[in-house]
Amino acid sequence: MKGRVLVVDDDAALSEMIGIMLRGEGFDPMFVADGDHAVQAFRDTRPDLVLLDLMLPGLDGIDVCRQIRTESGVPIVMLTAKSDTVDVVLGLESGADDYIVKPFKSKELIARVRARLRRTEDPVPEILQIGDVTIDVAGHSVKRDGQPINLTPLEFDLLVALARKPRQVFTREVLLEQVWGYRHAADTRLVNVHVQRLRAKIEKDPERPEIVVTVRGVGYKAGPA
Amino acid sequence: MTAGRTGSAAWPSPAVRVAHRFAPPLRATLRLARRQGGSLAGLLARRWHRSLQLRVIGTTLVVSMVVVAVLGIFLVQQIAGGLYNNARKAALVQTSDGLTFAQSDPEVQSPKGSRPTALIQLVTALQSGSGLGNIYDVVVLQRGSGLAGVTGNELLAPSIPQGLQEAITDEQKAGKPVTLYTSPTTLMSTSGKPVGPALAVGVPISRAVQLYYLFPLSQQVQSLRLVQNTLIIAGIGLVLLLAVIVSLVTRWVVVPIRQGAKAASRVSAGNLDERMEARGTDDLAALANSFNEMAGSLQDKLRELEELSSVQRQFVSDVSHELRTPLTTIRIAADVLFGARDALEPAAKRSAELLQSQIDRFEALLADLLEISRHDANVATLDAESADVCDLVLRAAADAEQLAAQKGTRIEFRLPPEQCIAEVDRRRVERVLRNLLDNAVEHGEGRDVVVTVAADRYAVAVAVRDHGVGLGPGEHQFVFDRFWRADPARARTTGGTGLGLAIALEDTRLHSGWLQAWGERGRGSVFRLTLPRTVGRPFAGSPLPLCPDEAEVPAPGAVVGVDAVTYSADGGGPGGIDQGSSSA
Repeated sequence: MKGRVLVVDDDAALSEMIGIMLRGEGFDPMFVADGDHAVQAFRDTRPDLVLLDLMLPGLDGIDVCRQIRTESGVPIVMLTAKSDTVDVVLGLESGADDYIVKPFKSKELIARVRARLRRTEDPVPEILQIGDVTIDVAGHSVKRDGQPINLTPLEFDLLVALARKPRQVFTREVLLEQVWGYRHAADTRLVNVHVQRLRAKIEKDPERPEIVVTVRGVGYKAGPA
Repeated sequence: MTAGRTGSAAWPSPAVRVAHRFAPPLRATLRLARRQGGSLAGLLARRWHRSLQLRVIGTTLVVSMVVVAVLGIFLVQQIAGGLYNNARKAALVQTSDGLTFAQSDPEVQSPKGSRPTALIQLVTALQSGSGLGNIYDVVVLQRGSGLAGVTGNELLAPSIPQGLQEAITDEQKAGKPVTLYTSPTTLMSTSGKPVGPALAVGVPISRAVQLYYLFPLSQQVQSLRLVQNTLIIAGIGLVLLLAVIVSLVTRWVVVPIRQGAKAASRVSAGNLDERMEARGTDDLAALANSFNEMAGSLQDKLRELEELSSVQRQFVSDVSHELRTPLTTIRIAADVLFGARDALEPAAKRSAELLQSQIDRFEALLADLLEISRHDANVATLDAESADVCDLVLRAAADAEQLAAQKGTRIEFRLPPEQCIAEVDRRRVERVLRNLLDNAVEHGEGRDVVVTVAADRYAVAVAVRDHGVGLGPGEHQFVFDRFWRADPARARTTGGTGLGLAIALEDTRLHSGWLQAWGERGRGSVFRLTLPRTVGRPFAGSPLPLCPDEAEVPAPGAVVGVDAVTYSADGGGPGGIDQGSSSA
């Protein structure tokens, strides 16, 4: 498994500790301590995953996330001391794939890092169709009327998971397990925000979704093929 | 506009129209009075007590009516007396003249026969003086000397009072000097009915003849009646005018007072900008000024408190952030040491293990403390979304499985076949359920834990029943207190922070739900969570009973029924006595 991790955090002790822990698990950590240098550091180091603290001096963590997202779909995991929905949603909406609240157990962090880095390569070419959206699973591309839509790997995985079984309703917990790889005790808000992000990108009218449909009280499903 | 003379119902008469117009409000008033559970008197009594204005006007009306009545009666009496005296004086004069005339004729003094011409002539002469107006009537009676007779209008004889006749007869007999006697009397008609008051004046002309003058007082009566009527009308007019004036004047005072009351109620409702108008420097202005000062000072105090609260909120948020980062470093360091503990010498190894577990505990306590301080500072938010409560129960149970397995406790689920959908904050509700399950397993002493879920139209309830240590009398209240422990000596397996139930309670309160406990020593306890299905819609009762069915006949010393803390949607106090729970 590829293992280059960029750690963006202004607390030196914590960064070092995370580094020790990552190295112990076989990853290759790199460090940057403020927002202003973070994006450049990302470009220079080309990591496989970014651990991003939100409270940064200089450019705010949210903005760093946004900027990185414009350039790449690299997995980004937010580290934050704030667990309010408002803050979490803000972070997730700006492009992060997951978040972890301080203080966290090292096991938890490692598990999430591994989950994000694990990408099952699908050898069999598979084309899925939902509404007027075409999904090329092997090629990792999504098109509507020939126009490609840019999705992060996580958003792509979410869409594929739903599209593979168009009439089946997925609960948030099932989606967390299938898409994020978390077996239990994960925050279902992750799913909510990512569905919204996905809708914002692929729906003609995000307020009236046709491709990713909510089933009240249960979860989500893919709309009619 | 024919006034109904045609007999058709085309146009009702004015009287009928008026009756129709006033009938409905009258009926309504009566209905209102009846509905208010009292007679009309009761309604009036209530309005009397409530309205200052009504009291003042009523009192003034009554007092002025009494005064006017007393004065009026007095006046009438005086006038009547005056009129009577005047009439009497005139009568005496007239009678004296008649007497002088009568005494001039010696034949009159001693008449002969039963109808002596002399007397007839006398009466005629005297009567002629009365004129067309009939100011008086003259009657001459023959008394004494064995002769009796009436000369003059015989019909008037009965009108002469007996007492007068006797007095004069006595005087004749006694031979006293001649005096005029007067007496009020009533004129009798032919059929014996009284016609009106009159004045009778009598005088003995000689030993055998009595002269009587009868003066009808009809004119005086008329005058008196006129005076009376005028006085009554004037009296009523005066009283009404007084009432109007008083009502106007009290309005002057009552209106500002009412405004004050309204302003005060608006302030108490929360609108602290409310102020009263203060005009001038009198008492009312003083009231308005004091009120304004009070409202202003309340507003200032409230602003102060709000600022303090927001400072505290900021502090909580800052502390949260500041504490968490170094704690993460400590945590990871402890994890690393724990991972490498086998390579350490025994003392260090043991230290690494203790460090690990205590940091767990510390972290849990910190998280709980921060959570509860957010509730205290009112910054906790409710992220409500539709969720199946049964699903949340199962997820919470999945987390408690480990502990249950450890203790050998079996958890039984009694879930309804249909979904129990409610608008809830999933994270919070799951936390509450997890806490209840952990507590049940922890204090269940290995015996079964039963989780029941039920829903009705307005609410969803989850009851967690254990058969363990139970709660002592009154403890069902304390159990929700912060850091309260049932038995301080008990060993803590779960290492709970002591804030679990307190946070659970706050989370429930955020949903406007109920969290209640029941317990009995040695028989276990029930914790019941009731949540509204729709955010903000209150519910009156819980779909599940709090007191379990087996305890229908409570053993002595049992704690039966309800909650120290019931949070109904209206934010009110204790409530929630529902089906199945009996009160001791």
